[in-house]
Amino acid sequence: MSFTFPFSAIVGQDEMKLAILIAAVDPGVGGVLVFGDRGTGKSTAVRALAALLPKMRAIDGCRYGCDPAGGGTACDQCPTLKGHGKAKSHWVSVPVVDMPLGATEDRVVGALDLERALSQGVKAFEPGLLARANRGFLYIDEVNLLEDHLVDLLIDVAASGENVVEREGLSVRHPARFVLVGSGNPEEGELRPQLLDRFGLSVEVRTPTDIATRVEVVRRRDAYERDPAAFIDHWHAEDERIRRRIVAARKRLADVQVPDVALERAAQLCMKLGTDGLRGELTLMRAARSLAAIDGDAVVGDAQLRRIAAPALRHRLRRNPLDDAGSTVRVERALAELFPA
Amino acid sequence: MDLPAEAAVWADATLAAAIFAVDPVGVGGVGVRASAGPVRDQWLALLQQMVVGKPWRRLPLNIRDERLIGGLDLGATLQAGRPVAQRGLMAETDGGVLVAAMAERVTPEVAARLAAVLDRGEAVVERDGITQRHAARLGLVALDEGIGDDEKLPAALQERLAMLLDLQSVTPAEAFEDQAQIPDLAREVAQARALLPQVTMPEPVLQALCVAGVALGASSLRLALLAVRVARIHAALGGRDSADADDAAVAVRLVLLPRATQMPVVESEEPPSPPPDEPPPSEPPPDEPPKDLDDAEPQLPEGALDDLVLQAALASLPPGLLASLQARQARADRSRSSGRSGAARKSGQRGRPAGVRRGEPRGGERLNVIDTLRAAAPWQRLRGRVLDAVSPRRIEVRADDFHVTRYRQKRETTTIFVVDASGSSAMNRLAEAKGAVELLLADCYVRRDKVAVLGFRGRGAELLLPPTRSLVRAKRSLSGLPGGGGTPLAAAIDAAGALADAVARRGDTPLVVLLTDGRANVALDGSGGRAQAEADVQAAAMRFRQGHVATLLIDTSPRPQAQAAGLAQALQARYLPLPQAGAASMSAAVQAATARR
Repeated sequence: MSFTFPFSAIVGQDEMKLAILIAAVDPGVGGVLVFGDRGTGKSTAVRALAALLPKMRAIDGCRYGCDPAGGGTACDQCPTLKGHGKAKSHWVSVPVVDMPLGATEDRVVGALDLERALSQGVKAFEPGLLARANRGFLYIDEVNLLEDHLVDLLIDVAASGENVVEREGLSVRHPARFVLVGSGNPEEGELRPQLLDRFGLSVEVRTPTDIATRVEVVRRRDAYERDPAAFIDHWHAEDERIRRRIVAARKRLADVQVPDVALERAAQLCMKLGTDGLRGELTLMRAARSLAAIDGDAVVGDAQLRRIAAPALRHRLRRNPLDDAGSTVRVERALAELFPA
Repeated sequence: MDLPAEAAVWADATLAAAIFAVDPVGVGGVGVRASAGPVRDQWLALLQQMVVGKPWRRLPLNIRDERLIGGLDLGATLQAGRPVAQRGLMAETDGGVLVAAMAERVTPEVAARLAAVLDRGEAVVERDGITQRHAARLGLVALDEGIGDDEKLPAALQERLAMLLDLQSVTPAEAFEDQAQIPDLAREVAQARALLPQVTMPEPVLQALCVAGVALGASSLRLALLAVRVARIHAALGGRDSADADDAAVAVRLVLLPRATQMPVVESEEPPSPPPDEPPPSEPPPDEPPKDLDDAEPQLPEGALDDLVLQAALASLPPGLLASLQARQARADRSRSSGRSGAARKSGQRGRPAGVRRGEPRGGERLNVIDTLRAAAPWQRLRGRVLDAVSPRRIEVRADDFHVTRYRQKRETTTIFVVDASGSSAMNRLAEAKGAVELLLADCYVRRDKVAVLGFRGRGAELLLPPTRSLVRAKRSLSGLPGGGGTPLAAAIDAAGALADAVARRGDTPLVVLLTDGRANVALDGSGGRAQAEADVQAAAMRFRQGHVATLLIDTSPRPQAQAAGLAQALQARYLPLPQAGAASMSAAVQAATARR
């Protein structure tokens, strides 16, 4: 039996937690990138998410966990499984798939089932990690150490939401819609801009230096290690509260209004910062809407934009090596100019 | 206990071994800096006797993923005619100790895999058509044979090892002296293991450990947590069911002090004032914190324990260490971790794997057995293989099943900037060089090249930025560089030559960019005088030429000088007068030089 440190028991790191919640409410925001110091609970937070997410329904027998309500694209099996009437379905946990270091391409995209091929001579497709992550989260720790050919592959699938396998005489395509979550330490190397751009939100985490916070972190971690079951039990109610917030926010999401004024403001901000392409504006809007849904606000306004601008835009700024200010500072500067308090 | 410094080091090493042996998983591991030899062997033997009955495995430096993490067992697979998985080394070590030799040379990739297992206690395999997870709760002993500050354990690994030992000063005689105690120690370890779950951690002790981490500049929260565990184990070893200031002081000494990057501000009666330029004196440091600690504890006012713990730990420092701390901080500000992304690849496997293609292995290409088998597998029936179990099963592989692994052969370029930081215009030149470095790095994204910076001023040259492709590191290293002083050009040329050589040995292509006006006035031995300095430069240039390194000399003087042009000739460098070398023009010139080759 393995335990997971409860999400609600993570001390501080509010921006990271918020970004993860936003993506959980609206997967359309795109992935979350968590970059920063070692030992700040990056992996802990992502793994805690798995225990937190409300369950979802999946069609019985579908290898890709397709949605009986037909959300997103269905795989090619599902029409057969559905037959004429309604497909049978069951509750499953939302997958949070860990991509282990050293994973090989065949296990990521899926490949010929070697066992069956060798023993029975049957040509069958064995789905990989991308299939398992469908409708959920794909987590890559040390994302900057990922091998280049895997990065290329992920970029493609993350963009299209579909995994196309053409190998060993197999020709398979299946849905692979997932929220890409990456974490890493910038000192190990930078991410390629193309991959950077795939992440909707980018969060910077720092080691807290204030003693009270540090003591609290160590105390909770210590308590967890001493008696994980009791600790999880203690935080159960708090985790449950966050789960309900996610469920409620998802229901509200469609009703949140995005007035033209807000769109204009977002566009101004992106112009000011000179972000490349439209992805910045789109993410900014979606994230702001998701944030409004979480907070129970009916309309997106400056308040949401201001809170979410840094994570939504800081990794899209064109590098200006001669400007010493970090990208966060640049976003904040633009905010201060455009959105005077 | 009044022990000479070296004996105290060995006593601590013994204590660390015992602490690790009590709970290898909780402690994560021990980093042992020592050259191979009797002292290190003795320490390992000591540890081994305390963890008798647990798995004990060695991790070879060049291990491949299928052995480290697990994967397809090819021999068994071919024999059985179906995929057979093998557990990796980490899973085999479950519940025991993994000893990594020459851990300072471990690649970032292997370090990350080890770190993942230390964090999660299980090895997850998603390889070669195999999906498995195995328990792999282990403690790591990282043997570090590095010399100097450049060679050290990868930061990702170092952070997960609770204790770092330096046995370089221990003589074999000391290490073999107290062998008689080992059975006692082993017994204590066994008792402590039983007691450990009951040991409580009082709030003030926990807080003292957190404060100490910040005060010493070892601020990672992981370290604070490891210190808590070490303190608890130390209490268990002492037979106490609650950790106290004593235990905390030991934890600070073993866990936090070796990574200290700053001197804590402690109001002590006798402030440490180490002689700055002397070798460590052999003055005996007290090995134990003051005895009256325990008695004083109950009446302590809020926060006093924090100081006590720190002081006790500091008192046990060998005095020489204090002097080196300041120097270490200066370096730490610039390069906080080894962060060696893209270090040397495994030999025999040049470049990055760039996929697999069908084809026969020719011209040094390597057969990819897994994919070859995979290609052959579906056709076995058609090829008339008998599927019943009577005859030994064979897989029929034909030539058109062959797959080879492709590697990207492109060599990376490491551009080494050698920046003259002497004299009045130093600040400008440094700023320009910095700008050019950052522009290049931004561009290196696409090409994955690296950049290094050497600065020279005053008496010698200094490596300001080791080869890196991390913009974050470059920014940190290059911010706040001092300028002014003489021009030790000869030393700079020698340093550049040495670094270029190191880069070339790593399999990369060096490109040296020297920014100077060519007017040397400091000789190799650090003395002034133009004549000697010039002679040294000529000699250094001759040495440099032997390396056949592509070089670009950028003349930064306001008016192009014959001197710099002459130097360029001596170095067989391209000469480029750039009186107003802006960052952009400089990076353009360097890129042109790169493209030319």
